[in-house]
Amino acid sequence: MPVTDIRQDPDNRTLIITAEFAAPVERVWQVYADPRQLEKVWGPPTYPATVVDHDLKPGGRMTYYMTSPEGEKFAGYWQITAVDEPHSFAFDDGFADLDFNPNPDLPVSTNVYSFAPHDGGTRATYVNTYATAEGLQKVLDMGMIEGSRGAIGQIDDLLASS
Amino acid sequence: MTEGDEDRADALFHALADRTRRDIMRRVLAGEHSVTELAASYDMSFAAVQKHVAVLERAGLLVKRRNGREQLASGDVAAVRSVAGLLTELEQVWRGRIARIDELIASDPAPATPDPAAADQED
Repeated sequence: MPVTDIRQDPDNRTLIITAEFAAPVERVWQVYADPRQLEKVWGPPTYPATVVDHDLKPGGRMTYYMTSPEGEKFAGYWQITAVDEPHSFAFDDGFADLDFNPNPDLPVSTNVYSFAPHDGGTRATYVNTYATAEGLQKVLDMGMIEGSRGAIGQIDDLLASS
Repeated sequence: MTEGDEDRADALFHALADRTRRDIMRRVLAGEHSVTELAASYDMSFAAVQKHVAVLERAGLLVKRRNGREQLASGDVAAVRSVAGLLTELEQVWRGRIARIDELIASDPAPATPDPAAADQED
């Protein structure tokens, strides 16, 4: 199981995911440095991602769109704020129109991804923060998510077991 | 969403950020409990438990009614579902991403064998 820990920090609307991969830090970095690899992992199979621009440098941008099962496109961008190859990078993740102009009405999350050698592989830490609970809600409401049925199922289980 | 909605969302997240309050929610979602009964379940004062109940009530997660001398509390299932689901849904997105990275790396033609000497230099 590559995910080793998931911590929810509701007060700060932050999710911290820790995962371990059986590959060196440089290999994991490549997943983000190579747009063809990044698009394979970013969107769920039901909402495949297509990376258009990809400039993983401070001040650079990565742009992408995801395609819904109905063929509707949702565009987004990463505004890269810091890069320390191959150890970490930080970016703001927001929504855009199909020409990749940022949409200021939709929430932006701040993200820090870091990678450290661990047990012959890599420990990756993903910190994903939304400015407001409303923003987080909006992102999830947009349907660009997978497994929501599973999540609801988990809550039903919790309710059933109480 | 209005400013009021946003304040409400903040109140909900704050209310559920505490372990005792989550435990109280589990109990009151299962059925109505008197505040006295709830207080007896925790190693803390009646006043402290009452305070937790008040936070949950203000967040709209729990409703209280009076029955004679008793205060009865019950959970609002719909309200809980809306909040508790948020970060959990996001978790699911992340589990999917991590699984895909793992698959992608595993499909490398010549799996890298990391040099153990160079591997353990964190912390």
